[in-house]
Amino acid sequence: MNLQAVKAIYRAEMARMFRTVVQSIIAPVLSTSLYFVIFGSAIGSRIAEIDGVSYGAFIVPGLIMMSIMTESISNSSFAIYFPRFTGTFYEVLSAPVSYIEVMLGFVGAAATKSIIIGSIIFITANFFVSIELAHPFVALLFLVLISFAFCLFGFILGVWADGWEKLTIVPVLVIMPLTFLGGTFYSISMLPAIWQKISLLNPLVYLISGFRWSFYENADVSIALSLAITVGFLLICLLLVRWIFKTGYRIRT
Amino acid sequence: MSAILSIQDLTKTYAGGFTALKKINLEIQRGEIFALLGPNGAGKTTLINIICGIVNPTSGAAFVNGHNIVSEFRASRAIVGLVPQELPVDAFASVLKTVNYSRGLFGKSANPDYIEKLLRSLSLWDKKDARIIELSGGMKRRVLIAKALSHEPELLFLDEPTAGVDVELRQDMWNVVSSLKKDGVTVILTTHYIEEAEEMADRVGVINGGEIILVQEKARLMQELGRKQMTLNLIENLSEIPPGLEEYELELANHGAELVYTYSTNENRTGITALLGALQKAGVHFSDLTTSQSSLEEIFVDLVKRPA
Repeated sequence: MNLQAVKAIYRAEMARMFRTVVQSIIAPVLSTSLYFVIFGSAIGSRIAEIDGVSYGAFIVPGLIMMSIMTESISNSSFAIYFPRFTGTFYEVLSAPVSYIEVMLGFVGAAATKSIIIGSIIFITANFFVSIELAHPFVALLFLVLISFAFCLFGFILGVWADGWEKLTIVPVLVIMPLTFLGGTFYSISMLPAIWQKISLLNPLVYLISGFRWSFYENADVSIALSLAITVGFLLICLLLVRWIFKTGYRIRT
Repeated sequence: MSAILSIQDLTKTYAGGFTALKKINLEIQRGEIFALLGPNGAGKTTLINIICGIVNPTSGAAFVNGHNIVSEFRASRAIVGLVPQELPVDAFASVLKTVNYSRGLFGKSANPDYIEKLLRSLSLWDKKDARIIELSGGMKRRVLIAKALSHEPELLFLDEPTAGVDVELRQDMWNVVSSLKKDGVTVILTTHYIEEAEEMADRVGVINGGEIILVQEKARLMQELGRKQMTLNLIENLSEIPPGLEEYELELANHGAELVYTYSTNENRTGITALLGALQKAGVHFSDLTTSQSSLEEIFVDLVKRPA
């Protein structure tokens, strides 16, 4: 394995993040903190507890998930699309690297950023609401798996996109609505029966539910199912990335 | 010398149906400087991009140092460097960081002494901390050369390396290539500046319409295909070639003030002595004469204009 290449890509990507620290870290942390202020402290104080957890604390896992999902997709898709757009990706294609090394470098860096953002949001949330973390290792496992899975998804999006518009279409028109409807701000048990069933078709329900379980041991679906769907999504994305490099889809003519 | 690059029946047909390369066969010897000449769209960049792993071949095979470029891509790509035709650089990275990045990408551990020497040889050391966005086009081209050489390649592709750069950089480039040749690096160069190929190349290949139409040692090529012309400045203008000189196929130029004789450098007898005698006999007198040899550019234009 070409570990030097993994290190080179990873460092270059992390350096890019630190060059744009306001956009990469401060902006998502600030916008998520506003949710805590508005939905947690201001409106949340007038909403009843959900499954024995104050509303402000209840939304914390969902907000962390929402943030890392959108940031993972955005960071990873941009990391691949930008060098494709400027033409600098030729260097990666001509280097003695396999898709695994390329993926570890680009996706590893993007996932690191997401995990940093998720951790900062978690720490910030503690200033606004009282949070329990019943299963910290399970929370960390979900954080890492979901960050990697969505970074891989972003990587695929960045390869598929042939214009800047396509880069934003999927996060804005697909991921954001699914996150809002996936139980970030409510438990799906609060919905009418028919909508509960429809919500179960949304894969993000399982991810958010699993992560919330690691905090409060409350979940809309079983933790095993959440974990299985998270790992399944990760594997599907991994296979797609492998296929992209094997066939050269949109990266090698 | 042994072949560092061997290309066998390499064909590339793009998704749209355009065939850019048609069964290319080519061997490049270790340590040589090979100039690949061809008009726009001839297939030069496609050929380079396939060897470097940027474009997938449709059929055929290529081997770098005996390693198949597809099945043994790690071994083959590790010793190949590429200076692309365009200027694709990370505008916001510094010169030193982007060059170190390239070295790492090719699996080499950091070597600050080598990188310093490389940047100094390309007059980039003073700009090592500058962001690439702040550099001129010529300096960006130097950065691309530094990136391509950062991992100490044995085979270097220079795809139009001096397109749009100033005379100083072109001279620097020639110096770098000479120094690489001394170090045993094989260089494959595509260029529109045929004087560049004439100056640097050991062998010349001409590609046209996706086919290699000629591969020849430069000196031999110029001897075999080169023509010489002798121009006589006449004392009195002529309106037509005088009788008795038909066999020399002379041409009148400059409104009859010059007589031009074209002869091959490849033949033992040029016919000049006989022509001078015939001119005297025909009463044609001249005040001066000059000779000129066709350049590689003229040979190249002649080759690519030939009907297939």
